[in-house]
Amino acid sequence: MRMIRSVFAPLAAVMLVAGCAAAPSRDDPFEPMNRASYRVHEVVDGHFIKPMVQAYVDYTPRLVQQGIHNFFGNIDDFFSFINAALQNKPDKAGHDLGRVITNTGFGLLGLIDVASEAGVPKGNEDFGQTFGVWGIPQGPYLFIPVFGPTTVRDGTGWIVRGYASPIGYIEDIPTRNVLWALNVIDLRASALQAESMVNQAALDPYTFIRRAYLQRRRYLVYDGQPPPAKDDDE
Amino acid sequence: MTNERRRATAWVHRLCLLAVAWLAAMLAPVAFAQEAPDALVKRVSQEALAIIKTDPKVQAGDQARIRELIESKLTPHFDIDRMTALAAGRAYRTATPEQKQRLGEEFKTLLIRTYSTALNQYRDQTIDYKPLRADPGATDVTVRTEVVRPGQTPVEIDYSMTKTPSGWKAYDVIVGGVSLVTNYRDEFTQQVQAGGVDGLIRSLAAKNGGGAAK
Repeated sequence: MRMIRSVFAPLAAVMLVAGCAAAPSRDDPFEPMNRASYRVHEVVDGHFIKPMVQAYVDYTPRLVQQGIHNFFGNIDDFFSFINAALQNKPDKAGHDLGRVITNTGFGLLGLIDVASEAGVPKGNEDFGQTFGVWGIPQGPYLFIPVFGPTTVRDGTGWIVRGYASPIGYIEDIPTRNVLWALNVIDLRASALQAESMVNQAALDPYTFIRRAYLQRRRYLVYDGQPPPAKDDDE
Repeated sequence: MTNERRRATAWVHRLCLLAVAWLAAMLAPVAFAQEAPDALVKRVSQEALAIIKTDPKVQAGDQARIRELIESKLTPHFDIDRMTALAAGRAYRTATPEQKQRLGEEFKTLLIRTYSTALNQYRDQTIDYKPLRADPGATDVTVRTEVVRPGQTPVEIDYSMTKTPSGWKAYDVIVGGVSLVTNYRDEFTQQVQAGGVDGLIRSLAAKNGGGAAK
């Protein structure tokens, strides 16, 4: 927990200052800084993280990968429950809570996604969306090396999430660190396919990722029914 | 006399044939246009999926075959001009007809390549079709589908479609809330600012010609 805190605290400070200083007219007022971060990210990710994650995907049995994915998905479901409740969506909250109870109790602490087999839909609410539903603006777009695209609002959500995650409360430090590492690997692995799409599609991957991220987040905040965007000039 | 009658019969015959051909020509597009947008999306995507699942060349990841398949089965159902106009935004209005045509060609190639990468990745997918919510007289509708992959969160894929004289055509594909077409707008604007419409066409051509996609 202390390690996480020491990483997140300065980051949080930067984000909050950035948020206050921002001009609301543009989504990405810190583009030069973000592009520099993106270049750092490409080097670090390309040389260290991606090869490691690719090896994990290639050499770990599919069943093990699926189990790990389900385990962290169960924690996601827990936070989806909290956020559905904070957004006053009782139906979604009910589904999410049902999933957590089912998968934790009957799915070996979440390793097996029994609830999906039974047809309970998986939620995807998070703190960033909750802030959005509460009417807090997204703030400037940020690209954080290793972490990826975010905004001040979503990044703040992830900090809250980082503090609250059950993994942080595990007493045994080696176990805790292994779980954090696995969590990162699992997240990165699920982005591999999207990444190869971006590389195929984009003229400028930085711009492409930014637009896609912001569109996706807006869509999620509005639960798949976003009002038409203002800047659509045909 | 007989000669004259024969000629007259032949003329009537030809007239009948012409009438039939004319009727067929008139009716064919009508019959085609009457295929509802959701039915069209379902038919075309099912056909494409069936080929992906059975064609040995596609299964082996043969990009040339995949592109040929997209070109023949899918692109006729897309309104490429409108997609290009949407992606290029303001710059499109100032472009010359020749620039528009080249831009459309390059953009089409890029979309085909992107789409074939996607198809290659999602082989074991099934598609759920949501009921169409639109007025019978509507000329612009959204067809909603959901791609279900084993062990994964489903991905919503929506098609924005417009009615044209040659049937319904898609002008945008929205994957999980991300519009493929408007996603290019920032990039296109950037390229136009740097090197004009010709600069954008050059960048697209360079991207498309940059070696065969794996």
